[in-house]
Amino acid sequence: MRLNTVKYLTTLVVIVGALQVNTALAQMDHGDMQMQGGSAPADARDPHAYSDGYTLTEGPYAQPGPRQLKLADEHAFWSVLGDRLEYQEDSDSTVYDIQAWYGTTYNRFVIKAEGDIADGTLEESSTELLWGHALNAYFDTQFGVRLDLYDEGKDRQWLAIGMQGLAPYWFELDVTAYVGDDGRTALSAEAEYELLLTQRLILQPRAELNLYGKDDLDNRLGSGLSDLALGLRLRYEFSRQFSPYIGVEWTDTYGDTADYRRAAGQDTSGTQFVAGLRFWF
Amino acid sequence: MTHGFPRPKQPWQLSRRRFVQGLAAGGVLAATPSWLQAAAKGATALDSAPVLSGREIDLVIAETPVNFTGVTRMATTINGSIPAPTLRLREGDDVTIRVTNRLPVATSIHWHGILLPYQMDGVPGISYPGISPGETFVYRFTLRQSGTYWYHSHSGFQEMTGMYGALIIEPRAGERHRADQDYVVQLSDWTDEDPMRAFSKLKVQSDVYNFNQPTFFDFTADVSKLGLQAALEKRQMWNQMRMNPTDLADLSAATLTFLMNGTTPAGNWSGLFQRGDRVRLRFINAASNSFYDVRIPGLKLTVIQADGQDVEPVTVDEFRFGPGETYDVMVEPQDDAYTIFAQSMERSGYARGTLAVQQGLIAPVPEPDPPEWLTMKDMMGAMGGGAMGHDMMKMDSMGQTKMDHSQMSGGMAMDHSMHGMQQGSENPLAKPSSTIRHARTEYGASVDQRVDTPSTNLDDPGIGLRNLSQRGLRPQGHRVLTLADLKSIDGVLDDRRPPARELELHLTGNMERYSWSFDGLEFGKSTPVSLRHNERVRIILQNDTMMTHPMHLHGMWSELETDQGELRVRRHTIPVQPAQRISYLTTPHDLGRWAWHCHLLFHMDAGMFREVVVS
Repeated sequence: MRLNTVKYLTTLVVIVGALQVNTALAQMDHGDMQMQGGSAPADARDPHAYSDGYTLTEGPYAQPGPRQLKLADEHAFWSVLGDRLEYQEDSDSTVYDIQAWYGTTYNRFVIKAEGDIADGTLEESSTELLWGHALNAYFDTQFGVRLDLYDEGKDRQWLAIGMQGLAPYWFELDVTAYVGDDGRTALSAEAEYELLLTQRLILQPRAELNLYGKDDLDNRLGSGLSDLALGLRLRYEFSRQFSPYIGVEWTDTYGDTADYRRAAGQDTSGTQFVAGLRFWF
Repeated sequence: MTHGFPRPKQPWQLSRRRFVQGLAAGGVLAATPSWLQAAAKGATALDSAPVLSGREIDLVIAETPVNFTGVTRMATTINGSIPAPTLRLREGDDVTIRVTNRLPVATSIHWHGILLPYQMDGVPGISYPGISPGETFVYRFTLRQSGTYWYHSHSGFQEMTGMYGALIIEPRAGERHRADQDYVVQLSDWTDEDPMRAFSKLKVQSDVYNFNQPTFFDFTADVSKLGLQAALEKRQMWNQMRMNPTDLADLSAATLTFLMNGTTPAGNWSGLFQRGDRVRLRFINAASNSFYDVRIPGLKLTVIQADGQDVEPVTVDEFRFGPGETYDVMVEPQDDAYTIFAQSMERSGYARGTLAVQQGLIAPVPEPDPPEWLTMKDMMGAMGGGAMGHDMMKMDSMGQTKMDHSQMSGGMAMDHSMHGMQQGSENPLAKPSSTIRHARTEYGASVDQRVDTPSTNLDDPGIGLRNLSQRGLRPQGHRVLTLADLKSIDGVLDDRRPPARELELHLTGNMERYSWSFDGLEFGKSTPVSLRHNERVRIILQNDTMMTHPMHLHGMWSELETDQGELRVRRHTIPVQPAQRISYLTTPHDLGRWAWHCHLLFHMDAGMFREVVVS
């Protein structure tokens, strides 16, 4: 597929999305009604107003001892999502992008791991250990650390603060800001959308970009917008938890990052086919 | 009995047909030990549960292998059968029921809808500590009522793995309606998955079992049918709010096999009659998570009882009921065979059985209806009905009133003052308050939407059952039962006191996080609702979600009233539709702590559960 075709296709998806948002905001005006989010008015009802001061363990007829009845709201759950486990044709490399969490509905320990393997070597990887706490119905804030490892280059450690969740119109968003050694800063943003062609055939546009506060000569990253990746993946869900996919990904580098690559005789942008597996359990 | 393949398979590996239809001979594999059936009378129909009666009953809970779909799984059974034995007891009797636990884990039995001392109610952690492995717990209580009820485990997901049975209490004064045949028709659902695994999947991806999601090609089809603008509008609110218009049930035939009297659709449970018989069908929804829409093509259904309480007979063609609810129906079959068809609300499948003059006869089995998208009314209540122009529901009178309020004020502060003035005339509690008061805990991460213009009418059959004749899915004049059709014959007016106070609670949830609650507080964060012994109290339930919740209050009746404060029908489980606001009165006669919860098992376990203290 030609580079331009991918570009146009992805741009189209983004524009359609943006237009939808616009239309929505225009049409959302149902008076003062606010069905989602917001903050409680001063005279909002007290949810404990009918308790007469009793609790689940205190007051008449309570069972003796510690509370026995605990439902799923007090249980911890876990999940592992292999969002991308793929072979990239052009670079002849394998990419993994895995997220796992353990915790309750509102508080979760999160691991995000991404990496690039070529010729049996882990060329670069980025692993985040985060504590996630619900910000609102659809978004979690996340705090933690990120560790970048480079086969050739200098490893970096960052403090991370971000937000992950589901935006209106079903866009999965993940935006994180980082602070590292020597006053380094970075921002990464990721957006995904799932377009169901059928109940099992799903087209997933995906965009990812990285910005850096200052140049990182060791790892050949320039300040400002460093790189952008736009992908389009088509998966078939044999089950909701197991779906192979094929796709195409276009990447571009900018500013000093592009200059570094040019100087090293590398392409500054490229388009490649990918094939992989998405799974969760 | 068929012994299937011992190797577990993923649902998608199984033949689709066999998975949905089940095995013809599916069910409990081990023969029930004869000593367990010592007290059992012969069942009235093939494949029905054994019947136990008398004043002393022995029940044994154990693991039993079953095979409904071609794979063998371990079920939790009472006396080795699914459903559990039908208990036929007598009003006024003091009964002793010994329950022995032969499971490796604790268990319990709750007598659903029965008035009794709270220690006998069978909710572990609230009524008692539960029944430990190896222990026998003795339930003793006096039957103060009659009618069709049921019993089930109240521990974890044991109910879902087979612990449910019918409980029939014969009235002392004799039945009001003569019947020549009397059948229990107990609907349930079975999953080969570990229920906890299914629950945790929903926790990761709440639409994991929904294979009826809006697709791109649905959109292009709508564009060519309705035009681009209309097709976009149809989706706009849903997509903006991150709500799924096909979110009609959390589970579906993607994991469930629907059962009638413990029998798969392929197995075809049959009840026999002779021409001219009056047949009483005691429908019990013992499913874990499935609403059923029940009809018998060719037969009118005369509903004579709801939740064990006689109602003024009302003749309909179809009814919907959720887990926990029961309806007794009289039919007078004239032909040789009829299909009892119970499609699940999300339309992914059905339970099915046959009424026939002899074993082996069958009647045509309908296809499930195409699933219908939720409407703006289901999202927003009365205001979504017409003002938005998104669906064809006509505006009811109260809906209109609500509309006016929201148009007038657009805010809640105004509403407060208006209602205060309007209702100041005589008893301010003569009618349920229509002032919407969201709890402050509804503004957090646990709640994905709040409804400000709820509908209050009781005559909406609900999503998928509206305008069936106009949509060409049923014959002209097809009538679907609604709550407005139900009127108790006796009992409901026993306590003529107006309510002394009014409680308002909202049913809330977050589908994306798969969390369910009252007022945005899951059970673990909640405090009990305290009621005074013998007080007359009104409970308003407003559903701020887009799913129907069958709300079951233990230990006392829920006496449903209209939005004008007119008492209608006495229930133990009341389905509250999306964006609906209903109210009921209750008089707590029995002291103690009681459970109050959504009877969709997964909603209950997710936290839509409160304790009620009567003191």
